[in-house]
Amino acid sequence: MRKKLPTYWTLFSSAFLLSAFTFGGGYVIVPLMKKKYVNQLKWIEEEEMLNMIAIAQSSPGPIAVNTAIMVGYKIAGVLGAALSTIGTVLPPLIILTVVSFFYQEFRDNMYISAMLKGMQAGVSAVIVDVVIGLSGNVIKKKEIFSIIMMITAFIAVFFFKVNVIIVILASGLIGMLMFLYRTRKGGMNHDLH
Amino acid sequence: MIYIKLFISFLQIGLFSIGGGYAALPLIKEQIVDINGWLTLQEFTDLVTIAEMTPGPIAINSASFVGNQIAGILGSIVSTIGCVTPSFIIVLILAWFYFRYKKLNIVQGILQGIRPTVVALIGSAGMSILSLAFWNTKGITLNLEDINVVAVILFAAALFVLRKWKPSPIFIMLGTGLIGIIVYHQW
Repeated sequence: MRKKLPTYWTLFSSAFLLSAFTFGGGYVIVPLMKKKYVNQLKWIEEEEMLNMIAIAQSSPGPIAVNTAIMVGYKIAGVLGAALSTIGTVLPPLIILTVVSFFYQEFRDNMYISAMLKGMQAGVSAVIVDVVIGLSGNVIKKKEIFSIIMMITAFIAVFFFKVNVIIVILASGLIGMLMFLYRTRKGGMNHDLH
Repeated sequence: MIYIKLFISFLQIGLFSIGGGYAALPLIKEQIVDINGWLTLQEFTDLVTIAEMTPGPIAINSASFVGNQIAGILGSIVSTIGCVTPSFIIVLILAWFYFRYKKLNIVQGILQGIRPTVVALIGSAGMSILSLAFWNTKGITLNLEDINVVAVILFAAALFVLRKWKPSPIFIMLGTGLIGIIVYHQW
């Protein structure tokens, strides 16, 4: 399917802006991406976005880049993935290349560290805002299974520092077992009738 | 040739850093400090500090920084490409499988298990950053003196604005950054 030029441009510029304003990589950019692609552009459904984040998290390499590749591919195929990746990588590439010329001055600059301290509170608010929305949707569905999975995973990662990959794999396995259990139960009911 | 060496080193960093972020740090240090001696340990520590202060994943930041230090702008480009190449290939393959098979019931079952976990992962990352903003590095305590009141107010105000008017997060980042300069710099 051929995509129009504006789609490619939106894909590239969104990735570029998201990456340029994401201080402290990893999970900071993921909530921002969710807000951009699910809520603002409405390109991706929330459940699909969560699936894609899970795949990005389980693959090697930076999660921001991986999520950008998934989103780009979903919207506009391999070319989309390439554009989205370039958009994500360019801001750090430019900034770090510039910073590496005079990094000591940068590191010790009072204004920069004051700005970053302020931004830390801002970014926390953005993430909490996204988490309120996402967890609210999980709770609203009233599936006990999902709610228990969410709480257990949070405790495992935040308090017990269990490796993220292990948590994802375990929850996938539990999901599969639940599915097999349900279909077997469904199958047996069929036999009875 | 130095470009090929940079490319291959960062290709390895990209390929073996599963879990992203700080999980990749020991691997990056091994390649940059121990194996190739491109940075001293002190320079590497500075790099980590700078990476925390600038946008972008730490692996990309390291690639751009080290590449430029060792072989100029072309070096930083080559290193960055090396760093994202494994991701690009592997994630594309997974994406292809995902979009082809996501309708299968069993895949739906697996994804149904994983989705709430992803929400929890994002929540956990948010809590870590929140505790860093509120308590600095002291860890969570109930002692009021340890809490950064400015950060708490800034956080509450930002969250209120986000929930009420739903602005683009970029405005929140710019706004809190600006307030940070005004408030923290004067103290």
